[in-house]
Order: sequence, then C-alpha cells, then structure tokens
Amino acid sequence: MKLFKTFLIMLAVVSSFLTVSHAAIEVYQFDDPEKTARFKQFTAELRCPKCQNQNLADSNAEIARDLRAKLQQMLTADKSDDEIVTYMIDRYGDFVLYKPRVSSQTYLLWFGPFLLLIIALIIVFFIVRRRSKRPAVHNDSEATLDKQQQQELNRLLKK
Amino acid sequence: MPRLLLFIPLVLFIVLGAFLWKGLSIDPRELPSALLNKPFPAFKVAALRDANKILTKADFMGKPVLVNVWATWCPSCRKEHAQLLAIAKEARVPVIGLNYKDDRNAALAWLEQLGDPYQFNIFDERGMLGLDLGVYGAPETYLLDEKGIIRYRQVGVMTAQAWAEFKVMLDKGWQDEAI
Repeated sequence: MKLFKTFLIMLAVVSSFLTVSHAAIEVYQFDDPEKTARFKQFTAELRCPKCQNQNLADSNAEIARDLRAKLQQMLTADKSDDEIVTYMIDRYGDFVLYKPRVSSQTYLLWFGPFLLLIIALIIVFFIVRRRSKRPAVHNDSEATLDKQQQQELNRLLKK
Repeated sequence: MPRLLLFIPLVLFIVLGAFLWKGLSIDPRELPSALLNKPFPAFKVAALRDANKILTKADFMGKPVLVNVWATWCPSCRKEHAQLLAIAKEARVPVIGLNYKDDRNAALAWLEQLGDPYQFNIFDERGMLGLDLGVYGAPETYLLDEKGIIRYRQVGVMTAQAWAEFKVMLDKGWQDEAI
C-alpha cells in the first residue's frame, strides 16, 4: 500500500513537470490582461489549417506557430476582433473558424437544432392531444370484466 | 396516410446514408482556397539568387504562370521536382518558385543538384507571403492568369495527373469567372 502511495506521488510530480515543460515552449506576453484573454480565446477558437482537428493553441505545426505569432502581432497593434477574424478568413477560408459565422450558408447549422426541437414539440403536442381526446381505453377494459372474470382475477392475485 | 408515415425512417436513413457515403470520398485535407479567383497578394520580397533584387507581382503579370511553393525541408517537394522539370521543359507556362521558409544556401544547393525548373525564385524566408497566400504547407502550386488572379490551386505533390488538371484549366480559359 505504501509503495502504491509513493508511486502515485511520483506520478503526480512527473505529470506536473510534463505540463510545465509543455507550456514553456512558447511564451507570448501582453502588457494588457485583456489582450492575453483575447489571445487565449482566439487560439482556442481558430483552427490550424494544416492539421485536421487541432486549434492554434494545441498545434505544433509550422503554420500554427506562424499564425500565433501573427495573432500576437495583430493584438499588439490593437486590431479589433473583426479585423483579426477577417484576416484569417481571407487567407484560409471559413475552415479556420471552429465557431462558424452566422451567414446564409450556416443558418441551418446554427438554427437547425432549434428547428428540430420545435418540430419535436409540435409532434409531441399532437400526439398528446390525440391521446387525450380518445376515450380512456384502460378504464373501459376494466369495466368490461364481468363478475366471473373479476372473481377469477381476485383469485389469481391472492395466490 | 399513417401507413406512408411509416416510411419516414427509411427515407431519413437513405438521406443520411447518401451523405455519409459521399463523405467517404472527400479528402478532408483539401481545403478550398480562400483566394481562388482573387488576385495574388501584393508583395515585395527578395529573389533567391540575388538578395539585393526585390521582386514584386509585376514580375510575372501579363501571362499565365505557375507559382510553386517549395522548400528544402519538405520531402514531398523532392518527390515532385522531376515533374516540375518536365513542366518547365514543356514550356507551356513559366514556372515561378516561391521558396518558403527556407535556408538560402540549402535552396541554392538543391537547385544546383536537382536542376532548376524555375524562371526565378521568390525567397520568402519568414513565410509572410505564404501567409498572405493562405499556404499551409509545402508543396502547393498555383495557376495565375495574365492579370495575376489565382485560377487554380493544387495542394500536395505535383503529379503528372495534377499537371493534366492544370492544362485543362489553361485550355478552358477563365474569362467568365473573373470577379
């Protein structure tokens, strides 16, 4: 048991080293904490064009590194969010956005789920209404038991 | 009517199946170029062979050209080099090199050793022109028309097959697609 505990501690220590060394690869500093936050937000929401499913923050690809540097440059130059996003899209297309823009092309993507929800609610509404209009089936069938059947049922239940 | 409604799941299945089936044959690495049918970005970058010579877009306007993005660190570029030499020999369009994030001496040695298919080379050391062009990895090849508008883009190795596609584009022309 003690051995296991030591092992766990060692594992924790080693893994903490791993994260530290990973973070130390590149350091981007901003004078303004708001810009740091925007940098984090952008690198999380912009997709690396070279790699299929990594954002700029996670990717080690050459192009992702360049784009991070470009991003820092643009943030330091006080570019607005719109300007930065436009810059990326002009070069790499909508592919770079993990959070697609709302446009006529993406209406279905953005509002499709709500549309499906509304359709589902309408269907449920009609089903419920139809059920409630129908004569109560269960009560009827109960009532149709005649005396003999009722006795039989009671006998069975007692068992 | 309710009986027909029973077919809804089947219809949905077929539609979904068709989409997924199509998805199987799409290569996710092939991104549509955001710059297709748009002008090649303006630039002022030194030439590879002569660091003092500054190249601009004007250097290749007036006729259709191929712009090939390459680097010595890129193994696929070595693979496509023979095809580029063949294209240069065919002399259908001039081939212009965009040496991307590379080392000047290594690039010159490469051309010395493997042969030089390029009319001239743009030496984009920091990859900033590549960034403006939307390059996300070498090799990439672009076909520009006489006005410097990007008409076709090939990502990855230039094969004989890919070159045939370029020639189809060249034969077809592009008057009506201009914006």
